[in-house]
Amino acid sequence: MTTTAGLLIRRVPAAWRRVVRIGALGALGQVFISLSGMPVRLDVREIVVPILSLGYLVVLAAPLVVGVLLGRRPEHSGFLANPPSNRDLVIGATTGGLMAGGGLSILALLLAGFDLRDPLINWSPQLLEFLSFGRGTGAGFIVWLVIGAGLGMVGGTLRLATSRTQKVIMTMALTVVAAAILESLVVDLVEGVKLEALVEWMYAPRGGVTLLGAAVLAIVSGVLSFVGQGRIKTVQARVQAMEGPKRTRVNLTLIAGVGVVMILLPLLVGKLTNELLANVGLFVLLALGLNVVVGLAGILDLGYVAFFAVGSYSTAVLTAATSPRIAPELPWFVALILVIFIAILVGLFIGAPVIRMRGDYLAIVTLGFGEIIRLLFLSDWLSGWFGGSQGITAIDGVDVFGLLTVDGTNPRRVFYLVLFFCAIAIYISWRLERSRLGRAWMAVREDEPVAEAMGINTVNVKLMAFVVGAVLGSFGGAIFVAKVGSVFPTSFLILVSIIILVVVIFGGMGNIFGVIAGAVVLIGVLGGPKQPGLLVEFSEFKLLIYGALLVWMMLARPEGLIPSARRSRELHQEEFLQDAWLRGEIDTDESNDPQTAGPTQTTDSDGGP
Amino acid sequence: MANNWAPKTKVDWFLTVLRVLALGVVTVGLLAFIAQQISVDNPFARLINPDATGLTVAQFRGLVISGLSQGAMYGLIALGYSMVYGVLGFINFAHGEVFMVGAMTGMITSNKLDDAGLWESNFIGSLLFIVVVSMLVCTLTAVIMERVAYRPLRKAPRLIPLITSIGISFFIQNTSVVLLGPTSKAYPDMPDWLTAKRTFLEIEGTKILVICVAALAMLGLWLLVERTKTGKAMRAVAEDQEIAGLMGVNVNRTIVKVFAVGGAMAGVAGILWGVLFRSVIHYTGFLPGIKAFSSAVVGGIGNLGGSMAGGLFIGLAESTGPLLILEPLGVSGVSQLRDAVAFAMLIGVLLLKPSGLFGERLSAEDRA
Repeated sequence: MTTTAGLLIRRVPAAWRRVVRIGALGALGQVFISLSGMPVRLDVREIVVPILSLGYLVVLAAPLVVGVLLGRRPEHSGFLANPPSNRDLVIGATTGGLMAGGGLSILALLLAGFDLRDPLINWSPQLLEFLSFGRGTGAGFIVWLVIGAGLGMVGGTLRLATSRTQKVIMTMALTVVAAAILESLVVDLVEGVKLEALVEWMYAPRGGVTLLGAAVLAIVSGVLSFVGQGRIKTVQARVQAMEGPKRTRVNLTLIAGVGVVMILLPLLVGKLTNELLANVGLFVLLALGLNVVVGLAGILDLGYVAFFAVGSYSTAVLTAATSPRIAPELPWFVALILVIFIAILVGLFIGAPVIRMRGDYLAIVTLGFGEIIRLLFLSDWLSGWFGGSQGITAIDGVDVFGLLTVDGTNPRRVFYLVLFFCAIAIYISWRLERSRLGRAWMAVREDEPVAEAMGINTVNVKLMAFVVGAVLGSFGGAIFVAKVGSVFPTSFLILVSIIILVVVIFGGMGNIFGVIAGAVVLIGVLGGPKQPGLLVEFSEFKLLIYGALLVWMMLARPEGLIPSARRSRELHQEEFLQDAWLRGEIDTDESNDPQTAGPTQTTDSDGGP
Repeated sequence: MANNWAPKTKVDWFLTVLRVLALGVVTVGLLAFIAQQISVDNPFARLINPDATGLTVAQFRGLVISGLSQGAMYGLIALGYSMVYGVLGFINFAHGEVFMVGAMTGMITSNKLDDAGLWESNFIGSLLFIVVVSMLVCTLTAVIMERVAYRPLRKAPRLIPLITSIGISFFIQNTSVVLLGPTSKAYPDMPDWLTAKRTFLEIEGTKILVICVAALAMLGLWLLVERTKTGKAMRAVAEDQEIAGLMGVNVNRTIVKVFAVGGAMAGVAGILWGVLFRSVIHYTGFLPGIKAFSSAVVGGIGNLGGSMAGGLFIGLAESTGPLLILEPLGVSGVSQLRDAVAFAMLIGVLLLKPSGLFGERLSAEDRA
């Protein structure tokens, strides 16, 4: 950069350039969030009555985040520059927050002065009212500057506190927000156990945590966090250190505990919550299936929805009396056996042509298969079989040995059905991961040529991944049909594949617990492609958030929330090798004797671009 | 690997059967088409599809022209896929979304121009203006995308940037939903002299315009890549990033330029979409994106001339394929299946000739 402007920019100290950059990004983010309509639409959802709604929370987060980011000491400040003092850091953070708040100030002015409602649908008087707190533009302008600066300062100061204090404050804030988000769940649960009095004071009548509730929650969680820090880790370490029968006993107790909770929970909660649980369970099942393909075998299948669709449609055709061409009206469980066979065939049929392709071509081609299958179900050509755009409706639920029927009218039963199949899927994934096949999958994932050289039949192994994924996906489809009672091609958009992929990646590819946690958090809170989550108000924005989340996860934490140890080692190969080198475990010198070079060196394969 | 045609394993047998089946369907369909064109009552045509009607010359010409004009548009989008794949070795799945941003920008700008009355009084000027604006916006989008999402991942395993690009694609689509609304939006009416069918071939003026603009853009790109220093740097980086860097090429800046040029081409294509279909919605970018990617593969990824040819090929195949092959085979409602045909083309090409019809141009590492 040799222009004068460039030279002028170079004169500004690096630290200030960073402040300006992050502050400006914060401001842009704020304006984007405001114009997306989030604040206005989410304003109805209260977090803490009467001071904070979800709408204000999403807007206020930006300056706070800017402050926290700026409060962090820059890691690469160079050798000559002195690290900034605490005072400078706080000043920087405050300035950044001021800039971020300034974005909204300027937006408020623009809203009052111009009308851009033609392309931008959220350029509305409501937004102006939101941004000016209903007190006129001028007030809004100043208030946002003050709020921005204040939050930036708070964020920056937070960073200066000890990590223990930081954790306590984070826990307090998260507890209050989580309590507000989980409100309907908690209320439903306490009504089930007849202990309404326990939370009556906590929640306001029209939703949201009361001030008293927030204070109590914050204090309790703060104290617990302060006292309990490090203890969970100690317990974890102690369990991890156990071996043999003792470890098995702990594991069994844990599994039994979770099982009992899962069986008791639906009895205590109402219909809506059960519906939510059933949706989450369905996505746990689908995500576990995709996890076998993507997480274990490392095949990026973007057309996973194809298996879901095939499972749904074949169940519908086999069980429904209304199926257009053939209607054998089999009982659901008998149909399921046939569905499994169909799924295996489809898995082989989709898998075989793509198995030899480069990973990225494979992804696009599976995406193509997913679309083709939906288009075929939709087409007039096959509408004689599958009903075209009318789909197949009025499908009976699952008849369990003539005792009871599981269908959409009773979400509790659906949840138990889902739970049963989730348990099967978890067992299958868990056993497979530790089997010869599972190890072969991981070998193929890590380095295909090497795996082949080691005598693994990579083609068969990868086909098996498709087949297992297809079977688990078709389980999901069969349950979906029983739950909804109808199938339409619009239920099987590529969108579904992508959302399942986000769930798997967010939770942690290759880790069963991670995948389950991912489904519970994402589907439970934000909701699935058509199913609402706990934050119903978010339904308009959830796809936007899923997209952003996917990008952010890939950039910041590709191994997911709860990573599988092996997978994260692959993803952070370079750092891992560096660490190992620093610890002296490997030596870059090739003349070194093979014993210390060890097996870690062989993992350095295609890390290049 | 895939060039090895002698079947060895069961999967190879299956693939061979699949290839033979695919070629068989295409051949029988074409033969039936020829049969029904010779005479609708031809026993062979009757045997395969009792309701065969055949196509008139005018219908056929219409199909070819609309195929060519859409194909030219796919070709322009395909350039972006091809260039990025050639240089960075991953599929920029979000490129279709850049195209959608172009179409949206064109919609907004042209409607504003229409409100001001300029669209009717000075159509050519307005068109030029929206093309330039759309190119600028798309270039900016592509460059920001590279900076935010792809640059930090340059050393990551190949699938990571692909997954990221899926996320970006999702994000851009839904950004359009939340900012501009989820409804379909229309371009202003094209002037009559453009939409009227010309007498000499009875081709709509818009389609000729689209083909001409695409050809011009392609020419400009070709000049840039083959005749300028920047183009030379791009080719060098595509060949080998590290060595290009050692030879004094600013690799980062060249990659940014690659994204910028690809984005600009997508911007032009976005306007062409608007001119052809006159309506745009947030998922406009998805299908053309996939089809353009297929075009890039058909033409041999990394090969720019190939991309354009591949685009024309895919465009022709999707517009004539259903009526040329499926209709004579007795499949009903074929026009619904045109997207399925486009996907089948992609799968077919990757199955039959993954290196494309005109050969790939990739760096040594990516070819592995």
